[in-house]
Amino acid sequence: MANKPENKIIVVGGGLSGLMATLKICEGGGKVDLFSYCPVKRSHSLCAQGGINACMDTKGEHDSIYEHFDDTVYGGDFLADQLAVKGMVEAAPKLIKMFDRMGVPFTRTPEGVLDLRNFGGQKNKRTCFAGSTTGQQLLYALDEQVRRWEVKGGVKKYEFWEFIRIIKNKDGICRGIVAQNMNSMEIVSFPADVVILATGGPGQVYGRCTASTICNGSAVSSVYQQGAELGNPEFLQIHPTAIPGSDKNRLMSEACRGEGGRVWVYRKNPQTGEKERWYFLEDMYPAYGNLVPRDVASRAIYKVVVHMGLGMHNPNRVYLDLSHIPADYLERKLGGILEMYDDFVGKDPRKVPMEIFPSIHYSMGGIWVDREHHTNIPGLMASGECDYQYHGANRLGANSLLSAAYSGTISGPESLRYARSGKNGEPLTDAEMEAARQSAVDEFEKILQMNGPENAHQLHHELGDIMYKYVSVERDNNGLRECVEELKKILKRWENIGITDRGHWANQEAMFVRQLRNMIIYAMAITQSALQRDESRGAHAKIILEKDWNDMAPDLKERVTKKHGEFHFDKETGRATDDKGDLVFMERDDTKFMRTTIVKFDQENEMPVVSYREFEHSLIKPRLRNYAVAKKE
Amino acid sequence: MAEEQKKVRFVIERQDGPNEKPYTQEFDVDYRPGLNVVAALMEIQKHPVTVDGKRVAPVTWECNCLEKVCGACMMVINGKARQACCSLVDKLDQPIHLAPARTFPVIRDLLIDRSVMFESLKRIQGWVEIDGTWEVKDAPIQNPYTAQTAYEISHCMTCGCCLEACPNVGPQSDFIGPAPTVQAYLFNLHPLGKFDAPKRLNALMQKGGITSCGNSQNCVEVCPKNIKLTTYLAQLNRDVNKQALKNIFNH
Repeated sequence: MANKPENKIIVVGGGLSGLMATLKICEGGGKVDLFSYCPVKRSHSLCAQGGINACMDTKGEHDSIYEHFDDTVYGGDFLADQLAVKGMVEAAPKLIKMFDRMGVPFTRTPEGVLDLRNFGGQKNKRTCFAGSTTGQQLLYALDEQVRRWEVKGGVKKYEFWEFIRIIKNKDGICRGIVAQNMNSMEIVSFPADVVILATGGPGQVYGRCTASTICNGSAVSSVYQQGAELGNPEFLQIHPTAIPGSDKNRLMSEACRGEGGRVWVYRKNPQTGEKERWYFLEDMYPAYGNLVPRDVASRAIYKVVVHMGLGMHNPNRVYLDLSHIPADYLERKLGGILEMYDDFVGKDPRKVPMEIFPSIHYSMGGIWVDREHHTNIPGLMASGECDYQYHGANRLGANSLLSAAYSGTISGPESLRYARSGKNGEPLTDAEMEAARQSAVDEFEKILQMNGPENAHQLHHELGDIMYKYVSVERDNNGLRECVEELKKILKRWENIGITDRGHWANQEAMFVRQLRNMIIYAMAITQSALQRDESRGAHAKIILEKDWNDMAPDLKERVTKKHGEFHFDKETGRATDDKGDLVFMERDDTKFMRTTIVKFDQENEMPVVSYREFEHSLIKPRLRNYAVAKKE
Repeated sequence: MAEEQKKVRFVIERQDGPNEKPYTQEFDVDYRPGLNVVAALMEIQKHPVTVDGKRVAPVTWECNCLEKVCGACMMVINGKARQACCSLVDKLDQPIHLAPARTFPVIRDLLIDRSVMFESLKRIQGWVEIDGTWEVKDAPIQNPYTAQTAYEISHCMTCGCCLEACPNVGPQSDFIGPAPTVQAYLFNLHPLGKFDAPKRLNALMQKGGITSCGNSQNCVEVCPKNIKLTTYLAQLNRDVNKQALKNIFNH
């Protein structure tokens, strides 16, 4: 131990993944410079509510790690690297025990062991939880342990610092970052042996979403523009049950459905014509009912509200009902979030059904990484939601806290191993550090001079509207093409932003302008990938247009007709619609698209370039996903 | 029938930097149902113009989650320290007065520096001293009732409402405040954390520890998470006294 050189790793992001990586690095004898927009205790991981999946098998259901593995791969519509997923589900029970020792106040059974609950897309009770604030409790546990290492001298925190870009050495190896102090506006270059990005998801690209205001994907977009490849960015999870709001769509946990919540709308009974409550998820998907995975539930809600016109008095809402469940049970299992509904809506969900609607929630895609969490740029690693690993085309509820924590246990130790392997090349020279710093300073000073008519926050609002309109639950190629054009216009308008604050002290406006440009460029990558993936898989559901139909392979055509029978192309929208009025979606195309989308940034025209890459899927043979019946293995 | 848009008036105490003089500015924001203070501040960002028609720098504040779990957006709203995100305009007297929580150093406008609270968490050793993140063996079984108490205290989001409300936190005293103090109780409850309870209790005997609590009960009134702060402060006080006696007789 004594002879090991001291290794410095930069971790950007202090959520579950960044903190887990930090702990592992400290335990391995490395030093960490930890960068975050905010005190790490306020990171977005704390918004995760329902729980964390791990096969504990303490409910007499003969749950198995294999079953967790299969549920995750099946739920992800066979687009996740199976070896990576296998590693994660195998480690899950050990991670839970670690969190338990750290003091996470998990909800317990009367005999004092960890309680488990149901979650979407899984038939067994497998979700460990701490009331309805599991993310908050897990994050705090890691925050406490990192603080302990801070006292011991292993960690230096840079809170209220914004990551701007990575710095590569002459051989193209990432050996540092440029960051800005969010109060003093000072821009500084920091050297390191390896850099790990753990900066979370890009929800703010959609404006109103369930993500925190800090989840803007700006760091991911920044390294993408510096050559990092993205994987599967078109796969964004739309959470079926959020409370819509003008500032934010607030998450209403899947745990509500896990604990017996039912989703319904009023309709006229088709036989009797009488007004009745229609529990449409239970009707459409008898095997899983209200616990279908999120992509399936969101599409069903869209169908019922947007296409069948059965929404509530406010057109874009359905009911999520807990009022039939005893109040004391609800308090114990879901306390925190019911209070939240009360706080923000002013109604008591123990008494009246909640009004909810789907919202952008989580990005399955992100920076492409290998199984050890290296990106394609040597020396740059990524872990947590900002990477693309583990979830394929759709994430199962309560697998996100797991993937965040687990990926940190991989990226952390691997960063040290890599730093000590000698493969990370020469450290940065003073000149390289200074050049990178100066270019970031120049860019910032230019923003401070911006003097056009556009307001950055207004433009951000419009960006969100465009993305929701074209790249959400239901997509079609006309819309996606339109979206690319709209985004080009937004990027152009970004040049015409005007700034009211030109100062050099806590200038949030100027920082936001820089982030916004990154968001627009990331939006392009999402849209272009969605456009080129001509199939439906998981969260990516594409409606057939006439041209798509003409180009479609015969076996896929056959599957479509088998499901829908006759259909026509709607005169107004051009979308395929069957006799019942249901939209006709493309089928999953394993021949062409059982591949990872890889997006590279074209420096010349600032546009995304999409290609596809094979991935490991030899362990579980792909089969079609159908939640109307119990899963067959 | 063109209805006139209902407006909400905000009177905001601003300050350009830590050593600058505070001043107030007023803004009108379009009313809509469910409007909260953060949403209103976001509207001001989109259109940073005062009621006098003056174009100004947008108001600076801190927020993240907007769900009352991150603790970032604490400020003084109509005289009371609270989270801005869940402060619904419908439930507030208008005009709505916003001010920074001046118990903490002001960075700019409503943005404050709460690093002192995180430093206090170091002082009370707010963690369980695990051997490492590696696997050892099963974690101990816990009494579900004790776990529920721990769950309640573990909601503390270090927002600082209780410090802002406490008359004993400020330049006249070195009291670390209710939130960090009560965290010591949380870790003393844990089956592994309690091994280090004497260390935490001894830390609370020091200057700025629990003896600085004047039992004014303001903290429990303002806690946005409804943590029974005074109950746990009282319990800790007894534990600290017991520890003090132990310290005497064990020497």
